[in-house]
Amino acid sequence: MWKNYLTRLVQSLPFFITGLWMTIAVSAISLAAGTLIGFFLGILRTRPNRLFRYLIGAWVDVIRGTPFLVQIFIVFFILPEFGIHLDAFPAAILALTNLGACFICEIVAAGIRSVPWGQKEAASSSGLTEWQQLRYVVMPQAMRTILPSLVGQYVLLIKDSSVVSVIGVTDVTRVGWLTVQRIPHGLMVFGLVGLLYFIICYPLIRLSNLLEKKMAKGTR
Amino acid sequence: MLETFNFRVIFEYMPFFLKCFTATLWLSGVGLVGALAVGTLACAMRISGSKLLSTAAGVYIESIRSTPLLVQIYFFYFGLPSLGIMVTEEITGVVALSLNSGAYIAEILRAGVQSIPFGQIEASLSSGLSYFQRMRYIVFPQALGVTIPPMLGQAIVLVKDSALLSLIAVTELTRAGQIMTSERFMPAEGFFTSAVFYLVIYFMLKSLAGWSEKRLIFRESR
Repeated sequence: MWKNYLTRLVQSLPFFITGLWMTIAVSAISLAAGTLIGFFLGILRTRPNRLFRYLIGAWVDVIRGTPFLVQIFIVFFILPEFGIHLDAFPAAILALTNLGACFICEIVAAGIRSVPWGQKEAASSSGLTEWQQLRYVVMPQAMRTILPSLVGQYVLLIKDSSVVSVIGVTDVTRVGWLTVQRIPHGLMVFGLVGLLYFIICYPLIRLSNLLEKKMAKGTR
Repeated sequence: MLETFNFRVIFEYMPFFLKCFTATLWLSGVGLVGALAVGTLACAMRISGSKLLSTAAGVYIESIRSTPLLVQIYFFYFGLPSLGIMVTEEITGVVALSLNSGAYIAEILRAGVQSIPFGQIEASLSSGLSYFQRMRYIVFPQALGVTIPPMLGQAIVLVKDSALLSLIAVTELTRAGQIMTSERFMPAEGFFTSAVFYLVIYFMLKSLAGWSEKRLIFRESR
């Protein structure tokens, strides 16, 4: 019996590959956008301006405090009430970008705060402009802390992208869910789905660990 | 627009939401206890001298960390019946949650244990402390400060992760929002109410984590 299932599973492999591409597309677009926005918000958050700091802080708390599943339902079912009708794919990108931006904002802010204040004072008394201070003094040092966590965060976001399958984005999780209706052997089908995620995520986890070690070595 | 946002319906559904709120607390609580057990075991195996045990724990931790929780939930939900194991959705869900968080907790515990320099153990041995005293005064206070804050962080993640159980028809907070949406077609009222309840749990755990961070870190000397 299970041999029959296995043959049918192998036959539907192209379907899984299509799903894998969708997962990669959704994650890559939202990761790129989330990183840009996250860095922008993170830098803004460490500015002296109180209003920005509290607004961003509150938004980050709301996003970190609610499950991604609820967020995606809100984007998909409630934005239409405000007259914003999004298809599943853009809705998924929007929700995932927002999630990524919030987490990356925290990572960037923590990285910037880890740079000793004296560095900024020294840069400022050397006559560097605000932008030059950030670009040449603060950020290069902050990246030491930011980079390993950033790669770790990418792994979490790629895994979170599996949740967008519930609003009908045909990513690899949804392909598994559709396949298990025809091939009723959950261990095999979701074993394969898990394997595909593993192939993407495991190298990234290793990269994150490697970066962490390398950056820690550089400090001493 | 949201001019029609209907608080009356929310009040009507409030008892149901409260029931689901307790369900979420229960699921996460039991999941956390299970995760602590699994995590402690996996951590003990990982740092044990035995190569076999350590590899087994390593494979478990890495495969959990590299795959999404949703896939793991589906794996058990669709997979256990094909092994002939029939259990309720709640049990499947809690098992999946425990195994998932267990892997992260194992790593947190390992970091906690490894954060104590071996010299401290040697010093306490040569000061003539008993095993109990060593644990009580040297190892525990230091390991606790390193372990408790990330553990509370993991608890926050666990509560949010329990939302995914709604997809295998476990009645909890997110499912309450879905049910309200399908019964009254009021997604805004339903999901915003769920979100508010999650935020209540989040802020409680977050303030606890902040307090523990201030209180428990046993002087960082490095």
